[in-house]
Amino acid sequence: MKGILKIAYKLLVNDKGKFAALLVGITFAVFLIVMMTSMFAGILHKSSSTVTNIGAKVWVMDPAVNTVASSIPMPDYVIDAVRSINGVKYAVGLYSGGALVKLRSGVYQSVTVIGLDDASLYGRPELIEGQIEDIFAENAFIVVKDAEFPKLGNPGLGTEFELNDHRGIIVGIAKVTTSGLFGVPTLYTTYKRAIQYIPSTRYTTSYIMVEPKSSDTVPYIKQQVAALGYEALTKDEFNRKVANFYKYQTGVGTNVLLMTVISFIVGLSISGQTFYTFILENLDKFGALKAIGAKGKELVSMILFQAAFTALTGYGLGVGLASLLIAVAKLRLPSYAAEITYTNLGFAFVMVLIIAGISSYVGVRKVIKIEPFDIFRG
Amino acid sequence: MARLAVSAKELVKWFGEGEARTMAVRGVSFDAHFGEMLYIEGPSGSGKTTLLSMISGILRPNSGTVIVEDKEIWKLSTDQIADFRLNTVGFVFQDYHLFPKLTTVENVAIPLILKKLDWNESLATALQDLEIVGIRDRAYLTPVKLSGGEQQRVAIARALASRPDIMIFDEPTASLDGDTGRRIVDFVKKNVLNENRCIIIVTHDSRIFEYADRIMRMEDGKIMGVEKGGLYAE
Repeated sequence: MKGILKIAYKLLVNDKGKFAALLVGITFAVFLIVMMTSMFAGILHKSSSTVTNIGAKVWVMDPAVNTVASSIPMPDYVIDAVRSINGVKYAVGLYSGGALVKLRSGVYQSVTVIGLDDASLYGRPELIEGQIEDIFAENAFIVVKDAEFPKLGNPGLGTEFELNDHRGIIVGIAKVTTSGLFGVPTLYTTYKRAIQYIPSTRYTTSYIMVEPKSSDTVPYIKQQVAALGYEALTKDEFNRKVANFYKYQTGVGTNVLLMTVISFIVGLSISGQTFYTFILENLDKFGALKAIGAKGKELVSMILFQAAFTALTGYGLGVGLASLLIAVAKLRLPSYAAEITYTNLGFAFVMVLIIAGISSYVGVRKVIKIEPFDIFRG
Repeated sequence: MARLAVSAKELVKWFGEGEARTMAVRGVSFDAHFGEMLYIEGPSGSGKTTLLSMISGILRPNSGTVIVEDKEIWKLSTDQIADFRLNTVGFVFQDYHLFPKLTTVENVAIPLILKKLDWNESLATALQDLEIVGIRDRAYLTPVKLSGGEQQRVAIARALASRPDIMIFDEPTASLDGDTGRRIVDFVKKNVLNENRCIIIVTHDSRIFEYADRIMRMEDGKIMGVEKGGLYAE
């Protein structure tokens, strides 16, 4: 480390009170920013869990659909229409809906039921117990072992329950990439059984999942589906649509944005003010350094180093604290929707750099303006 | 005749403009020589600190020249003037301006660190300078734990660290009691001044006049007279 920066470092960390206040400000800001954006990322990720877990490349739906859970039934002849589009390798229907199951204990529990195409079982989950063929057995259901699994009383193979006066029996336990947002367990069954057990509009389907012959055919498929009055979206587009709905139409995005801005302002206020006080208290010393022979750029480098060091330390502490809290929360609440992504970390990092930049700018201006003559004058 | 260390010619400095203009220094000329301890004495507001600042490369005069070791310093660039101050001038400020969060030895090492010397090498040299001023045992304390006299010695050690040819003391005894002040100046005269160094002291403390080789009296921005004298004057 250059000697001048070592002096800057010692001036900073040896002033324990100020350094602690600076760290608290930045750590607190980073912690809040990371927590807010992580919760938002978690919500967005979980809100698209069905899209992720089913894995279909193209989804056909009613254009008014905003989230996977709020499907709008389409006439089932649309399946045939889609199958007839050039470039479609195959297309199958998917049932997605909510239901209430009665457990053996007598407890009622909401569930999400996914009905897979009977012929292909397209979008079937990976089983950790049981055989996929058993889904064709009478009253058969596969349960997803995710954070919500205990809500069904930790069922095993053969566990029975009641769904709309129908008997249900667990024949498989599956794992999925992501659990859902709304905190309810997920059951898989066949399409026919799903619409038989859960009353819905006749001859309709929730979604049509399409396997295109190649990715080049997707634009044409989308165009043809649009001509039918429906919407075809790739997996990523559907995820984005759901995310945009939560971001811009539910208020969640606005709240997170507001909280993030508030965190930024709080962090900036604490750090900026403390750093400004720190510079003011040392202003005569910086002036003395200038009188002794320090150049302006050396003093600026000292201040930038102090601001950067504080910012990076605070950033590390803030991210660490947020990670720890999320990890602990997930231990206690497995369905806790928070996810630290590289985007969140990058966003928080940029915010911290802005805080450090603004804080140091004020200091730099003061130090550049100080005249060594003022030191002589006292 | 001793070599010329500083030659100031017709220095003029004013502050403010228009009706608010205040003349601080009015056409001052003087020379200072190596091996000499020159005092600038006068009442508050007489312009002595302004004059000191102009000859040490801190305050640009409105007119006039300052030649230090054959260099006209106010023709140098800003960075060159900073280098001049670092390499040629050692400052002892009235309030010392030591960094309270650095140890004594680190404070003394600052000019060496500014000269881009290695950190450990700078501290080693600074320790030697603390030895010279007699407070090596205080090297690892922070300045706030030192007495006023000790802090003054730290400030002297810091000024000495870059081995300057010219040392500038601004009211060196202002914060010290009479005995301590005299002891410090006596120490400077005996141990810091040498034939290759010129010491200029701004003071209005008559208790230390006895150590001056010459005393330049200022009043109202002008030199009113120069006296020879002091214990060690020939």
